[in-house]
Amino acid sequence: MQTLDTPPDQREIKAYYTKVDKVFRGFVSASALFSLVVLVLIAAFLLYRGFEIFSDFGLGFITNSKWEMLDPNDAATATFGIAAMLVGSVLTATIAIIIAVPFAMASALFIEYYSPRRLRTALTALLDLVAAIPSVVYGIWGYVVLLPLVEDWSATLNKYLDWIPLFAVRTPIFGRSPFLAGLLLAIMILPIVTSVAREVYSQAPRDLVDATYALGGTKWGGIKTVVLPFGKSGLVGGAMLGLGRALGETVAVYLTLNLVFEVNFKILASAGGNVASLIATKFGEASAYELKGLMAAGLVLFLVTLVVNFLATIIVNRSRKIV
Amino acid sequence: MTTYQYTDVVPEARRPWDHSRSTALRAVALVVLAGIFGSVINQLTGLSGFLGWYVGLAFAVPVIAFIGSARHGWNMASDRIATSLMSIAFATVAIPWMSIFWTVLKNGSKAFHSSYLTSDMRVTSFSDDLHLGGLKHAIIGSLLIVLMAAVIAVPLGVLAAVYIVEVKGRFARLVRFLTQAMSGVPSIVAGLFVYSTVIILFGTFSAVAGSLALAILMLPTVARTSEEVLKIVPEDLRSASYALGASQARTTFRVVLPTVASGLVTASVLGVARVVGETAPLLLTVSYFVGTSASITEPIASLPVYVFTGLTLGDANSATRSWGGSLVLLVMVLVLFLLARFASSRLTRKR
Repeated sequence: MQTLDTPPDQREIKAYYTKVDKVFRGFVSASALFSLVVLVLIAAFLLYRGFEIFSDFGLGFITNSKWEMLDPNDAATATFGIAAMLVGSVLTATIAIIIAVPFAMASALFIEYYSPRRLRTALTALLDLVAAIPSVVYGIWGYVVLLPLVEDWSATLNKYLDWIPLFAVRTPIFGRSPFLAGLLLAIMILPIVTSVAREVYSQAPRDLVDATYALGGTKWGGIKTVVLPFGKSGLVGGAMLGLGRALGETVAVYLTLNLVFEVNFKILASAGGNVASLIATKFGEASAYELKGLMAAGLVLFLVTLVVNFLATIIVNRSRKIV
Repeated sequence: MTTYQYTDVVPEARRPWDHSRSTALRAVALVVLAGIFGSVINQLTGLSGFLGWYVGLAFAVPVIAFIGSARHGWNMASDRIATSLMSIAFATVAIPWMSIFWTVLKNGSKAFHSSYLTSDMRVTSFSDDLHLGGLKHAIIGSLLIVLMAAVIAVPLGVLAAVYIVEVKGRFARLVRFLTQAMSGVPSIVAGLFVYSTVIILFGTFSAVAGSLALAILMLPTVARTSEEVLKIVPEDLRSASYALGASQARTTFRVVLPTVASGLVTASVLGVARVVGETAPLLLTVSYFVGTSASITEPIASLPVYVFTGLTLGDANSATRSWGGSLVLLVMVLVLFLLARFASSRLTRKR
């Protein structure tokens, strides 16, 4: 019998794609990069159409808050600045986040850890459904149902807390305020923040939670020591996704916030606006030059939300990777 | 030496975190007590109506939970307080949702009459009597726009998912990152983009421009859901296909995609549900038309714009028409969701 001193060399395996597969992979890759193309095109075209505004007003476009065009046919009479709108966007979105995040956290924990198991799938489905309610429906509800309620609440808040500058108003008119818009935005972004938080919380290591029970801990003890630290970055990411939505919301804010071109930090006063609702309001009767201004405003909004969303995506992905 | 007697009675494992009858009873007692407290608050202070009662209840629940468990020590008490706070938080969150569904149903049904779904607004104005006109044109327009958007976005979304899961190309992570970031593009920016390109180029508002804007908003949802769906295809199926000598293209189109066809339907339906109510991009790209039309190169009606228009007019009849449109929109979203769940339940059953 013949024996070998050394095992034979392993045959080299050559993997290569057939011609069909090369075409297939090229085609799929090309269409997958479509999203990149779209993002670049959006930025490029808005910059192209709005470039004249940036060169005419420079930094003043960001720092001024006046938006007027006395003679629609004469570009020299125009003053465009979106400072008030940017402040309004950030103010309403901040109110929304401050209200929504604690509730989202608690609701996510409730659905994942407290609700009866049979109810859990139903509640998760309800969450998805509510997240898909069109913003115009939220808007009409906010305008008709929420507005009178918030007017009452604002009057009460102002009556007892007007020594805090935030709650002071110049004239006691409380309708269509940043507070109303922020509250409506909070209700709108709650489903998305809750559903991200719930997903992250559901991935918390079950054995560690069980270990806290085994040590005689309570359910809240397990959640406090295991689930909450585990889900921290996921919650932050979810909140930032909500922030992105709130910053870019158009119709709901258009319906619930008075458009006033003046920087306003008084959240109960009936004045404000955000960049998106500015575009929706002025678009209808805009002259060619004003349209360029709106394109420029759209570009600023696009860049701001893109940065927020990039950060959110990175944070959420990092929290997934730990899992 | 002691001997141990083994019995065949295994003590049942106690699961102190599960719901038992006593916890349920305690919860009911808690809510009843807090409800009584809420009514007292209602009578004594300025807080009135359902919301005033609820505020009283919401504040009473954690307090009563604390009082009821304080004798067991802080650990137990904090657990009870946390439980009550989370339940109250979820109930609070659900109030606006229920209110939305209820008001839309209540006010929307007022707009309905026998021919509401079969007539348009060609000869009727928004402020006319409610038994005239309808929203056939808006339903047809919305369906048309959304369908065209789906035709554009679904193949691209599925291909992006195929790229990430099947092709596993060099930019797979970049593509996933970008589609996620794309889901945050504000809808009005999508509309503005299409306006700055298509509308300025052709000089007219059109339905097809609207579907381009909606496709941008729809793509991320379709891509993400398809990716999740493709990931559940067992690796064995692919290996078997390759072992039979199939190319990757053939494996993808004949094995992988058919396996999860119903999941891909779910992805598309969720994408449609996401954009069917988008208003802002349609205002900027499609505008509005009062009559029934299926011409894709002209402005046509759509449900969200119909709702929006009625609301901005300011009189009672127009507002009621808006509520009617909202009701139809909500029903559409609901039907789409049921479709999506139906499709995905077929998927899991097949597995």
